[in-house]
Parts: sequence; structure tokens; C-alpha cells
Amino acid sequence: MNKASNRRNFLKKAGFSSLATLLGAEIVYALPDGYTPLVLQGNNDPVKLFGKHKDMVVLNDQPWNVEAQAHLLDDPITPADKMFIRNNGIIPENIDVDNWTLTIRGESVSQEKTYSLQDLKSNFRQHSYQLVLECGGNGRSEYYPPADGNQWTIGAVSCAKWTGIRLADVLADVGIKDNAVYIGYYGADTHLSRDPNKYPISRGIPIAKAMEDQTLLAYAMNDEDIPIAHGHPLRLIASGFPASVSGKWIHSLAVRDRVHDGEKMAPPSYSVPCEPVQPGTNVPNEDMCIIEQMPVKSLITYPRSGAMLSASQRLPIRGHAWTGTTKVSKVEYSVDFGASWKPCRLDAAVNPYAWQHFEAEVSFPQKGYYEVWAKATDNTGLSQPMLTPGWNPKGYLNNACHRIAVKVT
Amino acid sequence: MLHLPNNLRILIGGAVLALILTGIAVYFQSRTDTLPADGEIRNADKPLAVEGIESEIKDGIHEPTGFIADEGLDLVIAHCTACHSAKLVTQNRADREGWKKMIRWMQDTQNLWELGAQEAAILDYLSANYAPVSRGRRPPLTGIEWYELKD
Ligand code: HEC
Repeated sequence: MNKASNRRNFLKKAGFSSLATLLGAEIVYALPDGYTPLVLQGNNDPVKLFGKHKDMVVLNDQPWNVEAQAHLLDDPITPADKMFIRNNGIIPENIDVDNWTLTIRGESVSQEKTYSLQDLKSNFRQHSYQLVLECGGNGRSEYYPPADGNQWTIGAVSCAKWTGIRLADVLADVGIKDNAVYIGYYGADTHLSRDPNKYPISRGIPIAKAMEDQTLLAYAMNDEDIPIAHGHPLRLIASGFPASVSGKWIHSLAVRDRVHDGEKMAPPSYSVPCEPVQPGTNVPNEDMCIIEQMPVKSLITYPRSGAMLSASQRLPIRGHAWTGTTKVSKVEYSVDFGASWKPCRLDAAVNPYAWQHFEAEVSFPQKGYYEVWAKATDNTGLSQPMLTPGWNPKGYLNNACHRIAVKVT
Repeated sequence: MLHLPNNLRILIGGAVLALILTGIAVYFQSRTDTLPADGEIRNADKPLAVEGIESEIKDGIHEPTGFIADEGLDLVIAHCTACHSAKLVTQNRADREGWKKMIRWMQDTQNLWELGAQEAAILDYLSANYAPVSRGRRPPLTGIEWYELKD
């Protein structure tokens, strides 16, 4: 597949790369005039490249990291043009759908088995679910001391309709051993260094998560082929965990007898201190634990922040709430910075791990500047903090309340 | 290079020039202006060339990358835009230790090469121009675009 052709080209250009080896990395040497680094070649408009909405915010264009804004996420089901992109490497090219295969291997399979995409589609029962995908680093930009990585604000979340087959059904067909602990994925994207022997990311899920009904090998999103930026033609979807476990462009899965040890499984990536730490603490890798369930969270998606209304107007608000646990049991809003909270009307989820829609009619006591804050509570009784939650070195899991600015004139 | 005898220096200089010329030849052979075709690889296993950046600086910003123009800009462009866009660098803030930690992480896990004697200059540049900006635990909302909400 893609990796193979990468290798061929890598070898062909070996003459070029050995130049650097001979020169040593200490020497910054000149290439010809007119040399344009890959990143500056102008193919960097996500509207043109991926059909994204023009108000999506580009955090990085190599690799692609693009987020939504709260008001763009107003649709009950997130359309492709408003879905965030978090890529760790370079999107694969020349995807050959007709010859795409998925191989299941690893220490804990009874047999190695390869399926064509068509096998998967025709030999297993198809399921569709609305599933939240949220980047583990969504909200990172609010941590202080700053945490490194893409500085996501609030828009690295989506809830689309995903269609595919259950991972559990495929694993049953392959046959897995009792000592299976973890599933690791491998995709066709290329590492940023263009090293053909290195995966940009190869994460995965514990076996219990793999067995859930909503954990899919998906081939369609919102009733169409998955867009290229989101993992066409095959994506692992395991909602409720950081979206990095939902590997894109999947060609292999490993059934492991230990916690998967692929790229970005090791701390500090997608890990938090096992015990809470003081902000700014240098946490050794062995004291970090892999993130599993994502915390309860909500977004006000209407109106857009900055609404001005007259004193006689009531303000309709709406949005979504989600959690990596079982369900959201209530959403409240406050216009006095948490001094008082009022309930929102909350829909039940259409299926586990779908976001739930809320709405309310807000009235304001007098003219002035207000912030409308929303706070969701999950079925275990945990709510969103109003402040940024516990600091962690890589700035994950910020589920602080979302708020919008409103002026009554 | 400082302690080398003159004739050896000339020899090394000549070898470097020859290698550069070979590099140019190979480069032009593989050059395209479009996205790479058929899994084409443009290796990122060495610093990029930086030439003529002075003319690209406007209002203290190196326009093609968005980097702040300061001592060390050429090194940062050369070493830090080969794999990913400068945007990944400029959106981050850290002190010298923090930047060093990121560089070590990339060297240990992401194929970043040794920066040798240039590391100190790169760290100087990053920690001076992209240092943490202190703020409250949840600062006020800023950049609000006010608009009239119709019923
Ligand atoms: C050999 C390739 C390579 C080079 C050269 C390189 N980086 Fe990186 N860097 C990476 C990869 C891969 C990532 C992870 C990207 C991602 O996850 O989106 C990364 C991530 C980062 C991040 C985000 C850190 C994080 O925690 O995700 C920063 C900041 C960064 N690089 C700065 C630099 C600086 C400064 C330099 C120059 C000294 C540099 N990079 C050179 C490969 C490289």
C-alpha cells in the first residue's frame, strides 16, 4: 500500500539524504534559489483542500490541525465541513479503495487474518451511531504554565453519524486468545520526517473498550464515504476516549498481550499524572497514566458569543453536552458567574456516546454585560469545573464550563 | 573547524561545495511545485536552506513563516520547519527548560537530529521570543465581536 511506495521513493532519493549525513547537521547549507519548503507551497487552504467551512481555524497546516468555533457546532449532527482535523502526520495519497485490506495480527490472535474492505462490508452486520470524537487536548490553550502541542481552544470536538461494523464482530471472526489486553492500530499516514519505517501515531484501546457495541470499524460518515482528512477508507471509532484512539486510514490492527506500545502510546503523549500535581511540576514518565474516559463537557452553540439584545428580549440558548461515562443527566446555565444556576431542557442521547442537546430561554435582570455559562453533570454526579481543572504537563482534559458574552442594551 | 590546518580546511571546503552542487542537481531532478505524487518523499532529515530571509521580513515578522525576526531566525527556520509548519512552533510558549524538553522529546521520538553547537542559539531565540505570558486561571473573554441579535 502507501508505505511500500514511500519506501521506494525514499530509497531512490537516498543520494540526496546522504548529503546531509556527510555534511553533518551542524552545517546549515544553501539549497538553490527558489527552493520552497513543503509547508510554504500554498496548498494550505482547508476550504479548497477539504471543503471546510471558511470560519474553521487553522492551528497548523503541516500536519493539518484545524478546529471549529462554538457557533459552528450548532448542528445536531456535525457535518464534515465543521469537523475538526487533528492529524499527527501526512495524509496518505492515492488511496486504492478496491485493494484496501485490513490485517489483524498480534500476540493474542488465534490466526493472522486479512480482509478486503469489501469482505468487511459484506460479511459483517452494519451499524450506525452518532458518536462524539473529542481531541484529548481540546482546551489545552487555557492551561498555565502553558502546555505544549496544538493550542486548541474549544473546537476540537464533533458528533457525526458513523457507519461501519463492530470491531467485536471482526475480532470474534479472527479468534482472540484469553490473554488479549489491548488493540493497537496502524494507519497509512506518513511520519512528518518522511521516514517510511516510522508511524506518526499508533495508539489503541483496552480490550473491554474494543468489545463495546459502539466501537466500530467505520467506512462511512454522515452516510457518505469518510472524507480523506478524517480517515477514508477505514477508521477505528472508539468514542468516549480521546479521539487519538480512533485511528484513521487503518490497514492493520494488532491484538496485544500487553498495553500497546506504538507511537504516542508512551507518556507524555495522551497521559496525565497518576496523582494530581502542582502546576508546572516536572512529572517523570513512569508517574503518568494513559487517559481513558473523557470527562463531562458542554458547549453553547447558539447564539454566537457577542450577542447584543434589547432589555425586552429573552435569549434562547442551545448546545450539546457529552461524556465518556454513560450519560449526561443535567445541564444548567448561569448568568451571574455561578452564583445561581437554572436548569436547561435536556434531550436523551440517541445512543451511548452521542452528544445530548440542551436548550433554555434566558432572561436578564437588568441592562449590562453578562456571560452565559453552561454546566453539565454526568450520571456519576461529576460536573464541569468553572476554572480550568487540574494542571497536567501536556494540557489534556480541560472540561471547564463554556461561556458566551452577551450585552443587554 | 577552528583548529584545522589551512590546507585541510580548503579540502573540506571543496568537498562541501561538491556535495552542495550534487545536492542541487538531485534537488532539481526531484523538484515539483505540486503536492508530492505517488508517495513521493521529500526527506526531512536535515535542516533546510535559508537564504535571503532579510528581504522577507516585514514589521519584525518573517512573513513566509510568521516567526519573529530576531537573532537566530535563520537557524530556527532551517531546523524547525523541515518537518512541520512554523505554526506549530509559534503557537507554543515555554521557558528555556520547556523548549529544551520539547526538543529532547522530538530527538528521542520524532527523528529530530542533533542540533550541536546551534542548540544554544535556537534555545536563546525560542525562550526570548516565545516565552510564557502570565495570566489568570480563567482570564476574561477577549476579542468579542459584538453583533445585534434579531428575534
Ligand atoms: C525531524 C522532524 C522534526 C523537526 C526537524 C522538528 N520537529 Fe517539532 N515535532 C515533530 C513531530 C513529529 C511533532 C509532533 C507533531 C504533532 O503531533 O502534530 C513535533 C511537535 C512539535 C511541537 C509541539 C510539541 C508537542 O508536544 O506536540 C513543537 C512546539 C515543536 N515540534 C517545535 C519544534 C522546534 C522548535 C523545532 C526546531 C528545533 C522542531 N520542532 C523541529 C517533528 C520535528
